Amino acid sequence: MTPKLEVRGVDYSYHTMEGETKALSDISFHVNSGEFLCIVGPSGCGKSTLLSLLAGLLAPERGEILLDGVSVGKGASGIGYMLQRDHLFEWRTILSNVSLGLEVRRKCDSKHLSRVKELLDSYGLQYFYDAHPSELSGGMRQRAALIRTLALEPDLLLLDEPFSALDYQTRLSVCDDISSIIRSRKKTAILITHDLSEAVSTADRILVLTNRPGTIKGELVIRFPNYEMSPLKRRNYPEFSSYFNELWKILGNGNGDDTSTVDGAGSGDTDIINGTESGDENPPAARNGLMTAVNVGGEPDEIS
Amino acid sequence: MRFHNIASFILRRHRAVIPAADLADSPAQCRYLEQERRIRRQIFVCRILFLVLFLFSWEISARIGILNDFIFSSPSRVLSCFLSMAADRTIFYHTGITVLETLLSFFLVTWIGIFGAVALWSSRRLAKILEPYLVMLNSLPKSALAPLLIVWLGNNMKTIITAAVSVAVFGSILTLYNGFLSMDPDQIRLIYTLGGKQKDVLTKVLLPGSVPLIISNMKVNIGLCLVGVIIGEFLSAQAGLGFLIIYGSQVFKLDLVIMSIVILCILSAILYQAVAVLERRCRQ
Repeated sequence: MTPKLEVRGVDYSYHTMEGETKALSDISFHVNSGEFLCIVGPSGCGKSTLLSLLAGLLAPERGEILLDGVSVGKGASGIGYMLQRDHLFEWRTILSNVSLGLEVRRKCDSKHLSRVKELLDSYGLQYFYDAHPSELSGGMRQRAALIRTLALEPDLLLLDEPFSALDYQTRLSVCDDISSIIRSRKKTAILITHDLSEAVSTADRILVLTNRPGTIKGELVIRFPNYEMSPLKRRNYPEFSSYFNELWKILGNGNGDDTSTVDGAGSGDTDIINGTESGDENPPAARNGLMTAVNVGGEPDEIS
Repeated sequence: MRFHNIASFILRRHRAVIPAADLADSPAQCRYLEQERRIRRQIFVCRILFLVLFLFSWEISARIGILNDFIFSSPSRVLSCFLSMAADRTIFYHTGITVLETLLSFFLVTWIGIFGAVALWSSRRLAKILEPYLVMLNSLPKSALAPLLIVWLGNNMKTIITAAVSVAVFGSILTLYNGFLSMDPDQIRLIYTLGGKQKDVLTKVLLPGSVPLIISNMKVNIGLCLVGVIIGEFLSAQAGLGFLIIYGSQVFKLDLVIMSIVILCILSAILYQAVAVLERRCRQ
């Protein structure tokens, strides 16, 4: 099976008069159709640059990016991009906000509009067609932003920390909402986040990036008993904390000095490919932080 | 559709401040409201009082000879001057000319401002090239250009309009252009991720997002246009309030000068308020 998206040896640098900043170096990975991939890494590791490259907003300096075997051009039509904040326009109603993409692509006909309305109806926004964004809660706004992206029927969804602007409680429930929507529609998705528990609770596979220049440090395949299991349910499974620990190990060791890259392609069923394996050296402080993170992760089940 | 309206109406109500009537029984709220109303009344009365006192002392000091009413005029002389000119309708003619020139130049400044800013925004290189010239022209005292304009364009309305436009247009272009640049880059990115082009960024984000800026810019421009029109009329006019002021001072009819200035005061307030009404309408 050819992968949905293939990234081969991509480099990218930012140029200014002061000099060159290498953002990404030799990035190679693939995403299969219907897969939910998470990319985690410290801030400033070029995560957002990577998404811009995938979306065709930037062109790689070296290497290539193939969507269904075809090189991604500027504003490629098969790709939906969800930004960090919802950016719903206050001067538009919700209906005209979510149909913005259709307007831009000159596809704002009754057939497409009725599909958009269906999406609004099925995701709890049926009474808000004519409302303005400020009248919606954070979670509703993020759902509207997802519908705006889905309206163009993209094959591949790129999510750039779409929950990081929300408060923690909303964040958990919106993450649950959004990833269930994506899974039930069998969309291929790439989520970028710096929140490890979010990554473990949503992903089928996690890629770890090193600090700048970003390279792929390791990969973790996540398997829960049930494919359609929601992020909140996942947080209550014992696998959650063991995956979290493994992810912590990949991130925690080496401090970015040792960055031997692992080719993500063809990972198969191996659970972990760790480029910098050097034993269990989690400092106690990190352990504590880890445990709280996992505990907090368990709480929201009571809310739902 | 109707149901949506109701739903959004209910939502809006919930977000709104609880109406004062609902709290009418709380004595503390009553006291607060009473106090606020009293302060507002006081301010209003003081404003009127200030005007009355000013006019009264001006009139009295002119009558008993503290002020020379040939030079300083007096409220009654200004009024009688106005009434006599209103009788033969000349004052309406002159005011009308000034209003017409102001509105015409305001209209031009608004559109040239928007188009200029869009042009600069759509070509970053053009903007970089023109920036020092625009900054220089913006800070140049435009009244210095006026004598030149008379020679170039003649002793007519074209000169007045050009003078008025030149006063406001450079600042307008720069303000709007800088407003466009300070637009959230992620909102622009959003349009590109949806497959839009630069044109879509302009029509979907930049212009609708800049409406408040454009209107606040209009508020500044209406005043500047009036300034420019008066400068123009000082130099080359056969009609208008600026012409009346210059003419009045030359023939030492200072009643006429002061009356024209009073009308200008009222005119500028009315024009400003008109833009403010437009602003309120846009906000809804």
